[in-house]
Amino acid sequence: MSRTLGPFAAVLRRDLLLAWRGRADVLVTLAFFVVVVCLFPFGVGAETNQLRSIAPGVLWVAALLATLLSLHRLFAQDHADGTLEQLLLSPEPTVLWVVAKIVAHWIATGMPLVLVAPALALLFDVEQGALGVLVLSLALGTPILALLGAVGAALTLGLRGGGMLLALLVLPLFVPVLIFGAGAVDSHLSGTGADAHILLLGGGLLGALALAPVACAAALRIAVE
Amino acid sequence: MLYAADLACLKGDRLLFRGLSLQVAPGAMLRIAGPNGFGKTSLLRILCGLAHPEAGEIRWNGRSIASDRESFHRTLLYLGHAPALNDLLTPLENLRFACAAAGDDVDEDVCVDALVRIGLADQLDLPARVLSQGQRRRVGLARLFLGIRRSLWVLDEPFTALDAAAVADLATTLSDHCAAGGVVILTTHQDAPFAVPPTVLDLSEVAA
Repeated sequence: MSRTLGPFAAVLRRDLLLAWRGRADVLVTLAFFVVVVCLFPFGVGAETNQLRSIAPGVLWVAALLATLLSLHRLFAQDHADGTLEQLLLSPEPTVLWVVAKIVAHWIATGMPLVLVAPALALLFDVEQGALGVLVLSLALGTPILALLGAVGAALTLGLRGGGMLLALLVLPLFVPVLIFGAGAVDSHLSGTGADAHILLLGGGLLGALALAPVACAAALRIAVE
Repeated sequence: MLYAADLACLKGDRLLFRGLSLQVAPGAMLRIAGPNGFGKTSLLRILCGLAHPEAGEIRWNGRSIASDRESFHRTLLYLGHAPALNDLLTPLENLRFACAAAGDDVDEDVCVDALVRIGLADQLDLPARVLSQGQRRRVGLARLFLGIRRSLWVLDEPFTALDAAAVADLATTLSDHCAAGGVVILTTHQDAPFAVPPTVLDLSEVAA
């Protein structure tokens, strides 16, 4: 057991350590999220009812863009310095350490967004009862974004203009997550209950967790070749 | 025993070599020679299973490496052109990660000894970005000095950026590995003092 978990634990520990040592990058993602969200009241005006109604969508779109911004970092450094080759030569299953990398990436970039989101929602005067739903929808949704994005990041690894291509590739895939994520908060606010949306996000997360790492591993093998 | 038959390698739309066959017995050292751009690195990557040959097949101990990837990679130690170092980690952290990622269970003391032996005693706690080119190379090579039982070593230009003493030390280690029944396949442009001169495979002879 510990043998199989060896590379998983090693990659997870190393990537979290790297995120801590390079925390400026992590803070940039978080700052981007905060700034984008804060721009909206300037653009659409400070009318409270309007802000209240657009808040879930704004927070979700900003979280999605912040995730997109950080995705290219997922494999780029390891690809450039040869670590990716060594990982692919590991006798342990590739999927295992791919999941470790995505989990570490989400802890470093996705989780801070989830934690900051309620504070930003208060800026938009979202009622306090909906904050729990917002956090839950982001906590289930941002890992899906990370998993789908990782496939895109692996497919565009080492390409010229890869960043732009990555955005074109994964943004359409993010749309369902956005619909159900922002929809969860909206339906809670309108009184119909967010259960259906949350369950769909949960199911989506499980589906992405089952399929995305396999696709990602295959894409990485192609990228290194 | 590594056996490859009728390999062909296509890079872009250019055929680098075709009809390449080789056989390396336990205890033998093979040096891949040839001018730049003739596919030395490509051949090494194909032999490791990192890249697929356009044609041909590779067998390790009689079993195709494509169908038995896991056990093949358990016996393989490949050090490529890039030393696989992360600039934010110390040499010790890099080395320990490289071992853990490869599935080798190595004690910290053994790693420290290997790094001290290759002359990095003073750099153990420094981030890798402050190391010189030669020192980075040495950290990458440190896995060879850990005494891990991996019989097939595939090394891409291992002597680059090393000083004379380090070249001699590495050549001795490689010779010892072969003497113990291991296999070494390497590319190099420089002469190294091997105990037994390696067999040479010149890619310019099989160039397409």
